[in-house]
Amino acid sequence: MDLGPHAAYIWSAYAVVVVTLAALIGWLAWDGRRQQRWLEEIEARGIRRRSEPTEV
Amino acid sequence: MLAMQKLSHRLANPSNFMALSGRLLPLCCGLAALLLIAGLGLAFFGSPPDYQQGQTVKIMYVHVPAAWLALMIYALIALSSFTLLVFRHPLADVSAKAAAPIGATFTFLALATGSLWGKPMWGTFWVWDPRLTSVLILFFLYLGLMALRASIEDEALAAKLTAVLSLVGIAILPVIKFSVEWNSLHQPASVMRLGAPTIHPSLLWPLLVMALGFMALFAALYLKAMRNEILRRRLKSLRKVAATGAGAALSQQAAV
Repeated sequence: MDLGPHAAYIWSAYAVVVVTLAALIGWLAWDGRRQQRWLEEIEARGIRRRSEPTEV
Repeated sequence: MLAMQKLSHRLANPSNFMALSGRLLPLCCGLAALLLIAGLGLAFFGSPPDYQQGQTVKIMYVHVPAAWLALMIYALIALSSFTLLVFRHPLADVSAKAAAPIGATFTFLALATGSLWGKPMWGTFWVWDPRLTSVLILFFLYLGLMALRASIEDEALAAKLTAVLSLVGIAILPVIKFSVEWNSLHQPASVMRLGAPTIHPSLLWPLLVMALGFMALFAALYLKAMRNEILRRRLKSLRKVAATGAGAALSQQAAV
């Protein structure tokens, strides 16, 4: 594919988009897993919110 | 209207939101992937070079959707802030907080790709033009919202102050919209304007497909960020319960 004399600018623009969005997606996925793990750890200690029914 | 009100009430319960968003998230991801693949195919293999700009017009397919999202996400934050201050909807602050870093990212992308488009077309990466400068102010506004929230420990107070700042900052949106008419290097609106778009359909269709792909991607990122924020708040309340329980146990021991 011939993108002409300004190909470097075009590829750079797409590279910036891909890298930035990949970083954002990665951060959100990592943050979600981290919150979920911490929640599971604290719930495993038997701590529940007052609104939740307690296990008998 | 009634249906919207019912949905809004249903979603006021974070557990309902988690169940609904858990079902919607994979759909948004799949839709975004499909639309972006189709859009990139159309952009690189189905659209001609522009008669003036040549192949650099391909930057438009990522620059314009990022710029549209930068504005739309700010409008969403302002709407969430209004909903928080007026109706005290439980998810309004979650929405505003989750959208801010995503909005900042898309604003950064609009600035970076615009700069890379500007160099071959205008001969410079940056110029203090009304459009570029106002979008840079929008980027700083996003950073300001995040910094203000992070600097206040009391979450309820941080939510209110951030909401006020975001409502004040909404004045930047019409400035950005009309800045192209104030002696700007930037071209005037060619798609979102009164009357028909002035852009040729062979360039317009790939742009619209890419814009829909970006919007689906934003929906997925936004739902994921809201889910993370709800989990963070649940965790915080559980830690409070744990700390209160530990405190009560210590007091009992001290009394014995």
